[in-house]
Amino acid sequence: MSEQLTFTYTIDGNDFTRAGEASSSVKNKLKMLGVGSDAIRKVAIAMYEGEINMVIHADGGVITVSVSDNDITMVLADKGPGIPDISKAMQEGYSTAREEVRSLGFGAGMGLPNMKRFTDEMHIDTELGKGTTITMKVHL
Amino acid sequence: MKLKDILVLPECRVLSQGNPEREISRIFCCDLLSIAMGKAPSDGVWVTVMGNRNTLAVASLTDTACIVLAEGVALDEDTLSKAAEEGIAVLSTEQPAFDIALKIYQAGLS
Repeated sequence: MSEQLTFTYTIDGNDFTRAGEASSSVKNKLKMLGVGSDAIRKVAIAMYEGEINMVIHADGGVITVSVSDNDITMVLADKGPGIPDISKAMQEGYSTAREEVRSLGFGAGMGLPNMKRFTDEMHIDTELGKGTTITMKVHL
Repeated sequence: MKLKDILVLPECRVLSQGNPEREISRIFCCDLLSIAMGKAPSDGVWVTVMGNRNTLAVASLTDTACIVLAEGVALDEDTLSKAAEEGIAVLSTEQPAFDIALKIYQAGLS
């Protein structure tokens, strides 16, 4: 792969049951591109957590995934409420998810920590009332 | 242990059979999808009482080989056909999570 490949997904903020379809599609594409299974697992987990967060907190958003020779970059951009306290949000177990989300097995405060754990680089850019953009990289 | 060793357990109903020859790595019990997402092992058997569309999404993304729904939990038809499409086995049992996990473990030792 000498040329950079980019995939873009629009995440529907209203449909919790469809969350995961974009991550699943990326996983299949990376498999076809011959990316190693460890890297694919990391990307799939980090992106799914991001996708779920967008549905729970931000009424959806846009995810762009680019694949180069050296890494896979995921940019998750939403126009949600923003994250008031990033260091709190990064703590395992800290969650602001609604009860209905918790009853589905989510909202345990593992989303952002999992995203950090499964990627090699992660950067959060957030503004209250404007939205959040998270950039994550998995090295190849 | 292969998946087919689990598919024959009398305690389980097979809702989607996956690939019976698939080699199983470990057994994993967890109901919080957020934790399963980070911890479910590739090629594992995942025992849970959380039966919804997202259970399948987590299984698919973590390369889980087989979902075992404990305590009589079911999955809707749509999700089951998606599981079949993705080659993920789904079993259902009336037993509690620990009991069935132990039986699967013991089946793998013999």
